[in-house]
Amino acid sequence: MHLLIVAILIPFLAAALIPLLYRRLGNLNLGWFVLTVPIILFTYFASQIPMIAGNETITASLDWIPSLGINFVAYLDGLSLILALLITGMGSLVTLYSIYYLSPTDSLPHFYAYLLLFMGAMLGVVLSDNLLVLYVFWELTSISSFLLIAFWYHRKNSRSGAQKSLLITVAGGFAMLAGFLMLHSMTGTFSVREIAVYIMQYTDHALFYPALFLVLLGAFTKSAQFPFHIWLPDAMEAPTPVSAYLHSATMVKAGIYLVARFTPIFGGTAAWFWTITIVGLITLFWGSFNAIRQTDLKALLAYSTISQLGLIMSLFGMGSAALYFDIADAAAIYGFATFAALFHLINHSTFKGLLFMVVGIVDHQVGTRDVRRLGGLAKFLPVTMVFAVVGSFSMAGLPLFNGFLSKEMFLTATVNVMSMPAFGADIIGWLIPVVAWTASVLTFVYSMIIVFQTFFGKFDSKRLDRAPVEPNIGMLISPAILSIMILGLFFFPNVLADNLLAPAAAGIVPGVDAAVTIGPWHGFNPEFFMTVGIIVLGAALYLLLPRWGKVYNLLPSNWSFNNLYTKTLSFTEGTSNRLTSTYMTGHLPHYFSYIFGFFVLLAGATLVFTGALNLDSSNDQPASIYEIMLILVMAGAAIAILFAKSRLSAILLNGVLGFSIAIFFVLFRAPDLALTQLVIETVTTVLFLVCFNYLPEWRKEYTPRRTKVLNAIIAIAGGLTVTLIALSVNSVDLFDSVSSYFEDSYELAGGNNIVNAILGDFRAFDTMLEVLVLFIAGIGVFSLIRHRVGKEADSDENQ
Amino acid sequence: MKINDVILKTITKAVVLIIITFGIYLFFSGHNSPGGGFIGGLVLASAFVLLFLTYDVETVSEGVPISFKKLSAFGVLLAMVSGLVPVFFGQPFLSQSFGYFDLPIFGKTELATVTIFEAGVALTVVGVVVNIILSISEGSNKWKP
Amino acid sequence: METLIILLVGVLTAVAIYLILSRNVIRLILGTAILSHAVHLLILTMGHLKTGDVPLLGEEAETYVDALPQALILTAIVISFAVTAFILVLAYRAYQDLGTDDLNEMRGVQDE
Repeated sequence: MHLLIVAILIPFLAAALIPLLYRRLGNLNLGWFVLTVPIILFTYFASQIPMIAGNETITASLDWIPSLGINFVAYLDGLSLILALLITGMGSLVTLYSIYYLSPTDSLPHFYAYLLLFMGAMLGVVLSDNLLVLYVFWELTSISSFLLIAFWYHRKNSRSGAQKSLLITVAGGFAMLAGFLMLHSMTGTFSVREIAVYIMQYTDHALFYPALFLVLLGAFTKSAQFPFHIWLPDAMEAPTPVSAYLHSATMVKAGIYLVARFTPIFGGTAAWFWTITIVGLITLFWGSFNAIRQTDLKALLAYSTISQLGLIMSLFGMGSAALYFDIADAAAIYGFATFAALFHLINHSTFKGLLFMVVGIVDHQVGTRDVRRLGGLAKFLPVTMVFAVVGSFSMAGLPLFNGFLSKEMFLTATVNVMSMPAFGADIIGWLIPVVAWTASVLTFVYSMIIVFQTFFGKFDSKRLDRAPVEPNIGMLISPAILSIMILGLFFFPNVLADNLLAPAAAGIVPGVDAAVTIGPWHGFNPEFFMTVGIIVLGAALYLLLPRWGKVYNLLPSNWSFNNLYTKTLSFTEGTSNRLTSTYMTGHLPHYFSYIFGFFVLLAGATLVFTGALNLDSSNDQPASIYEIMLILVMAGAAIAILFAKSRLSAILLNGVLGFSIAIFFVLFRAPDLALTQLVIETVTTVLFLVCFNYLPEWRKEYTPRRTKVLNAIIAIAGGLTVTLIALSVNSVDLFDSVSSYFEDSYELAGGNNIVNAILGDFRAFDTMLEVLVLFIAGIGVFSLIRHRVGKEADSDENQ
Repeated sequence: MKINDVILKTITKAVVLIIITFGIYLFFSGHNSPGGGFIGGLVLASAFVLLFLTYDVETVSEGVPISFKKLSAFGVLLAMVSGLVPVFFGQPFLSQSFGYFDLPIFGKTELATVTIFEAGVALTVVGVVVNIILSISEGSNKWKP
Repeated sequence: METLIILLVGVLTAVAIYLILSRNVIRLILGTAILSHAVHLLILTMGHLKTGDVPLLGEEAETYVDALPQALILTAIVISFAVTAFILVLAYRAYQDLGTDDLNEMRGVQDE
């Protein structure tokens, strides 16, 4: 097995080991064990950088369901490597942070098991080449996210937030799966790379655009794009390390990854360009606009994450236009957006992860993260304050921090696209930089809120749960590393750009030279003045916030998407509940009538409508007089059971049926069956009689006449259907019997009794399973008798 | 359940012996003529059922100290293990083999591994059937409403 | 012959379904027992009746009847016995715990 596949499996294996280790290591040391997993994986992925920088890729394959073309193909290129490094790198930092953040009273084995599960699933998403495998891992990340959001499941908000995220992301995942299947039906392969090669021939295919939009639906739900963003703020109920890891640095990037991965397939079309760009820009604006009104710091960060995801998304949208152009220079200008997107993807993970950790520290140390209660913490938490400044200023796009570089590149890309001679961008393209700039101003405002309303201003200890002090040093290690990275990336961006971003961009927009040398200073160009404008106007808006903040009250509260979601959910639940209770009555006879009714309708209708009905009895063997008599006896006994007044006569009549069948078996050359039937019938009768001792005598049934007639109709229809089907089957021989094979049983199995040879040799597996069923029934009877399911047991179950 | 019937008891003693012999015969003859694991097992089980019906549970349990629960479990295990053995010889699960041997008394005799499998089947059938009847009669005594 | 047997199977099935739809547990169990009788006969008939001799090679006949349905029925007989026993015990336990053998009075949990 290739190391790449092992790398995906390691987190799963580690998760499986946790229950065992927990016994040995105890609560606290568990985190240190878990920490080794992402560190080892990070080292492995980091060691691949030189090779990726040389524009090579790795493919490792493992057969899974080869007959369906589903193989576990792991594929590592620049894009995957960036994501893999983020997953393992942020994973290491977050795990380290969580060791100090979580309290020993939390259920740590669960937490770490879910975290590792997520890590493995996420690696699977970014490393899978096969779409179905990717889908499986994709949903696995949704599930692990669900488990982590609901980690404090005793809180109602945690549960509803988890449910919301699961419903939205899994619904999107389903749409994406449908898109994948469409791609497969067009190109005949599930491999992303092969689809990218073949798709050229299918751009006019009727499924091309449906597939495009369905895949995008999956990406938009996962990456919390407008209007599916509503799950992300509620997901903040998760422990803060989870928010930092899943809901800002990695999982929400899966949708962006998907868009990047599919750009070679769908890129260069107007639909792909406009959908992603517009959705991304709306998300960017709406997220930053809403972030300002939040009072909970985590909610603010959630909206800020939504906004930044929109930014990266729109960059990938704009970058995809490069594939439209044949001229290398033109393509390079627009492909630049892809390069910027990758850079901002990394930068966002660093500063947003840092800010989540900062908010976590504040929450942990003073017991609240409400900005209205916080203030003046700089005196007490100076180190944390420095981290907050680094993170926020980077997010706001100020120089000295990496966010400045990628924000500038974002503005450049929007300005470039304004004059693009394709997709009608030269007509309405001017809107793009305007929206981008406005949103950037708002971003500046909320970035300042984080720093100044938390760490400066008036300090009021009465509003805090605890007296603020700096946290344990261990909790500061991860933020410190991230802060250093933020500064380091500002001064040495090209180390990253040459080794990782350039190969990754080359994979997303193949054949386009999207890479540039990143630098902080490009002269007095439009971007420079835009940045100045952002800072000036942003600062002004921040200072005047109390004046214009009232604008948020103008928004109608009833018309939110959240409301729509809640209404839809309760409507669906209510309707399905009402619908179900109309037919799930709890009465067994009702259910039986459904079963038989559907049998009659489906089997009978198939028989009639497919023209299979055929009543030809010319092949029949002649019937002898005693056979006819036996048939009459059986029919009579069966009908007599219906009118039996006592259960004893009913059971005896049933015995008549059983013994008559035994005689039939004799007549029809089946001695084994006759013997078995005789013994079984005897034992069954004994069984009935033994049980009758303890069951009440039959009472007169007060069944309404209508029910009786209905039952009779169903019964007669059922009997008729079976008769007709059997007669039709009997009329024609569709294929030869396989039984001639078994007639060689003496040579093959050394037995003269063919039936026995089938049971013991040819079909021994069936017999073995049958014995098992028999055994289970025996155990069932035994335990039903022995273990009383009384009132006491009932109350236990309901707890 | 107590039925005080001397004739029944006397006849049962003789008949049970015959039934058991017949059951064993059926079991072994199954390879070439009617019979086999299921039928042999069922006939044997019916012998025990007759015993339990004629005498009471306690008396029979003293005379036949077999745990029928364990017997059925053992039967399932035997059938499965007999299927696993060929796996170690590179054959598929549950493949059977047979051969002909000259034994001192019986002359030329066929010995087949299927007999072991069938024995597992028969033991399971005996165990389950008797166990079901036993559980019901025992349980009923305990929890009469 | 086959047609007659099939008609008998139809009658048995109809009786079995009517019994299964009734409210009394014992009638329900009888219904399932009769249904399995019907199915056994049906399977045997589907393999054609009396087309040859008993499927024992020692008989050295020219043709044998189809042995496969017989093997199927043999297992089915034993399984249906086990199932009958199981439902019977279930009914008996239900009567002990709930005090009724009337299916209309045995209701599932409302919440399901």
